[in-house]
Amino acid sequence: MTLLSPETLIKKQIAAVQEYSILSWTAIADIFTRPRYWADIFTQMDSIGVGSMPIIIMSGFFTGCVLALQSVTALQEFGAVSMTGSLVSLSMVKELGPVLTGLMVSGRNAAGMASELGSMKVTEQIDAMRALGTDPIRKLVTPRLIATVFMLFFLTIIADTAGIAGGTLVAVSMLGLNAGAYLHSSYSSLVHGDVVQGLTKPIFSGFIIATVGCYFGMKTTGGTQGVGRATTQAVVVSSVLIIIADFLVTRVMIGIFGS
Amino acid sequence: MPETSSDAAVLDAPDQKTPVVEFEDVSIYFEGKPVLQNISFAVERGQTMILLGPAGCGKSVLLKLANGLLKPDAGRIRVFGEEMARMRRREVYALRGRIGMVFQESALFDSMTVEDNVAYRLHEERIPETEAHARVVEALKFVELEDAIQKFPSELSGGMRRRVSIARAIISNPDLILYDSPTGGLDPITSTTIIELVMKQRDVSHTTSLVVTHRLQDAFVLATHRFDPAIGAMKPIPKDGPDGGIDAGTKFLMLNEGKIVFHGTTEDLVHSDDPWIKRYLE
Repeated sequence: MTLLSPETLIKKQIAAVQEYSILSWTAIADIFTRPRYWADIFTQMDSIGVGSMPIIIMSGFFTGCVLALQSVTALQEFGAVSMTGSLVSLSMVKELGPVLTGLMVSGRNAAGMASELGSMKVTEQIDAMRALGTDPIRKLVTPRLIATVFMLFFLTIIADTAGIAGGTLVAVSMLGLNAGAYLHSSYSSLVHGDVVQGLTKPIFSGFIIATVGCYFGMKTTGGTQGVGRATTQAVVVSSVLIIIADFLVTRVMIGIFGS
Repeated sequence: MPETSSDAAVLDAPDQKTPVVEFEDVSIYFEGKPVLQNISFAVERGQTMILLGPAGCGKSVLLKLANGLLKPDAGRIRVFGEEMARMRRREVYALRGRIGMVFQESALFDSMTVEDNVAYRLHEERIPETEAHARVVEALKFVELEDAIQKFPSELSGGMRRRVSIARAIISNPDLILYDSPTGGLDPITSTTIIELVMKQRDVSHTTSLVVTHRLQDAFVLATHRFDPAIGAMKPIPKDGPDGGIDAGTKFLMLNEGKIVFHGTTEDLVHSDDPWIKRYLE
């Protein structure tokens, strides 16, 4: 491996950001012009949405369970055990549901996109597609972008629901709390702003997962080793960007809704 | 890909005298290193241009430039009289609809069957399924591979994959075919079969083509043989005939270290006094 000068390294990073921005912008612009590949969009929706459901339900459910278990210990000290439902639902809807779903889907689908497109790139299938008169951004990236943003929104709702259900199960069966009171506390603590905040985040996460996964796939070089590298980079970069976007969206939402 | 009528209109009715492919002082650099320098040549309608040269001399890069898969750093490339670098993205894809390309490693879509691979362009053009199927069968018959229609690329041998790739390239009756080392990595018998297919396309459909190869044998078979539809095989062009045993439409372009070292006819090539060319031909 050759050592690069700081100047070359910075230039490369700037060029990468530029390439990523152009790819993202082109993929968005292609949504509004024909031809549209509906079959590919639905295939991706099935793969990303339905395919991710088991891991989203499992991770959401057990996160809710743990959250209830941990928060009861802390709330007991202040005599506020009845607030467990409120704490679990607020945490799930505003933060853990969207972020966990984003990270889980990133691990599963950003990696999948990078490896699939990366394999196509190194075996010249993407060049073949271009040579056959098909725009690979329109055919491969745009359907993944639409499918990920659309499905991540609903996956987040499922994760929130599973988390609240997990919290309820632990609170009722293990901690002896009243189910009705718990659910009432969960429901009444949520306000419009919380739901908007929780459901705005997956739109950004979905965009990041699809564009980062496809970007690293489309720029893969270096054979099978390159595909492996692209897959790792896609997961790492998309996960970090999801957390950064989460912080920024939260800050903006607090600015808008005030809490 | 379905195109608007305006896109198609731009690309229709080409001037018959305009070269199909024209390179004008083209250079391209990879990471600062020159890969092709000041390349100028033209391929006329119906001509077969054979690109010869040692491995790594820039033959495949030149082919990708001709199809707009790469953009030159300097110079102009015109295909059907259109300068690809100045065209809009949509127009470039429309133009590629008239170009067929056979890749070095076939580049078949591995998740699709042979039928879907060959019919790819027809599906993009929304051709009805029954018509598409009939054309796929016809294209596969041309490459003598109709029995493999339902197979996946992973179930085919290297030679069969190359033949499917040729079928995919010719299915839309392109005006230009680019062959990137169609016999690379194949055994001599399979190589002959592939060269015969390239010749068949040249002599039956009279398609303009650029053929990259580093196998001299393939190049000279193409230059000295013609496909005979009556017997369904290639045969040598008679030396005592009007063509003197050489296909007049076949020309040679020889590259070395990114530069043109020869451009001309078969006769000129074999009688060249250039020591490097002599050594290469030996």
